[in-house]
Amino acid sequence: MNPADLLFSETHEWVHVTEDAGAKIATIGISDFAVKELSDLVFLELPEVGKQLSAGDEFGEVESVKSVSSMYCPIDGEVIETNGGLPESLDSLGEDPFGAGWMIKVRISDETGLARLMDHAAYQKQCSED
Amino acid sequence: MPYVFNTPEDQRAMLDAIGAASIDDLFASIPKSLRFQGELNIPRGLSELELSQHIGELASHNSHTSDKVCFLGGGSYDHFIPAVVDALSSRGEFYTSYTPYQAEVSQGNLQATFEYQTLICQLTGMDVSNASLYDGGSAAVEAVLMSMNITRRPGKVVTAASVHPEYRQILETYLTHLEVELVTVGTPEGQIPLDDLARVVDDRTACVLVQHPNFFGCLEQVEEIANIAHQSGAMLVQSFDPISLGLLKRPGDLGADIAVAEGQSLGNPMAFGGPYLGVMACREDFVRRMPGRIAGETTASGNRRCWVLTLQTREQHIRREKATSNICTNQGLYALRASIYLALMGPQGMREVAELCVRKSNYAAQTLTSGNRYSLAFDTPFFKEFVVRDSNGQIAQMLHDASQSGYFAGISLGQWYPELDDCFLMCVTEQRTKREIDSLARCLVEAGSAKTIHA
Repeated sequence: MNPADLLFSETHEWVHVTEDAGAKIATIGISDFAVKELSDLVFLELPEVGKQLSAGDEFGEVESVKSVSSMYCPIDGEVIETNGGLPESLDSLGEDPFGAGWMIKVRISDETGLARLMDHAAYQKQCSED
Repeated sequence: MPYVFNTPEDQRAMLDAIGAASIDDLFASIPKSLRFQGELNIPRGLSELELSQHIGELASHNSHTSDKVCFLGGGSYDHFIPAVVDALSSRGEFYTSYTPYQAEVSQGNLQATFEYQTLICQLTGMDVSNASLYDGGSAAVEAVLMSMNITRRPGKVVTAASVHPEYRQILETYLTHLEVELVTVGTPEGQIPLDDLARVVDDRTACVLVQHPNFFGCLEQVEEIANIAHQSGAMLVQSFDPISLGLLKRPGDLGADIAVAEGQSLGNPMAFGGPYLGVMACREDFVRRMPGRIAGETTASGNRRCWVLTLQTREQHIRREKATSNICTNQGLYALRASIYLALMGPQGMREVAELCVRKSNYAAQTLTSGNRYSLAFDTPFFKEFVVRDSNGQIAQMLHDASQSGYFAGISLGQWYPELDDCFLMCVTEQRTKREIDSLARCLVEAGSAKTIHA
């Protein structure tokens, strides 16, 4: 996926919204910047399919040799799919965070949270100021 | 670490350096009205001689295993402690060392912890051990919490009446403020009825907590219990007796997902009930959910073997509210003693101790029940403990009389199991001799009855 087409949160998650039979689906992952900052990844935990999330809820955690970080869902909705193979192939998260490194798909029930997200340019500005 | 002096000259120099006239000056910021005036209402200080006499007098009120023959069990055991355990563990480098806040400074301690973990993994057949927890009861509870976390099933935990009643009390305390249903399967025949268990384990159940050998000394059908748990996606937590593993299959081979134990019997004294050693080991899949510290081996510069505290990112001092547990320490000295004991005994020594326990406890059970008064409460095979029913039913008086005659004959069970108030739990370790067993049996024939003549 082209990062220019994605929305970003302050906590380094990216979101890609598509429509499927009238429902809005958000695909969520973490940015290349986040992956680089974390350095060597050792562990990833994703939620169960069916889990209901509210904007700001933790949906999983990622551990590197440096730290354990929580990942947050920016919108309300239900987890309808997870990238189940990803915890066993963390390299692909490092190599392709915006593609093969996607983590969860959420059927959006309230998209208010999307308004708080940044476009790629604004996100890059945030990263350069961090 | 060097001994740090604190002479009057040192104090003077320090006071001069900060510009204070006296130590009292350091408290000047506390208003006088808030400070205690006058003499403290405590007795005058004692000299060393007086103090030893006073403490000796107090201690003489305790009765202990060096002046009575011990048949007590129930989680604390009178096993032999080889002299090398005391000799090595009392070395100053180990005995007085507190956890250094930069753990890697203390390579010796970390290596000892790593060796302990390795021995526990070999003993249990599990993949990973932590650096130890407080005691067998808290280890069992931490394992239950861990299983709730792993299975993401916070709603239900199943255990059995044959698990140590005090461990179950600790569990109840920990679970009090969680929304979790604790189901305890009854064990009227001394072991878990599989049908009853299967009826209560469901897809909401986080784990089944069993003890094997159980609190009554009886063996449980752990493999079948593991199947029942796993069929519902629940985990099996097994509390085990480390000494029993000289003979019995290891928890890892029986299907346990987390194995926990009271490690006191591995070279540690009964010490009137503590401090003790909490053992915990699990399968590798669950290592990130395991509470406590884990020492790991790695390579330092120059390709040197060295040790670190690993997976600390999940610990309480780093992650606070998201930590796996609020446990933030281990029983370093007792874990070290357990390592020395296990290394000294080896598989052959562990087997010999376990065999002696089985033979001697079976001999004791036969001898004691050869008359009319006593019988075994359960006919399930046991390891080193067994439940004895007294047809006279005067357990408290009988145990009291036995104590007067020089025997800790056992533990009365009525306090936890009303249906067993005419029963007591008796334990026979490798330390008991045939003569001691025979004379206890003779003593118990009369104990608690009016005819007893006190020596």
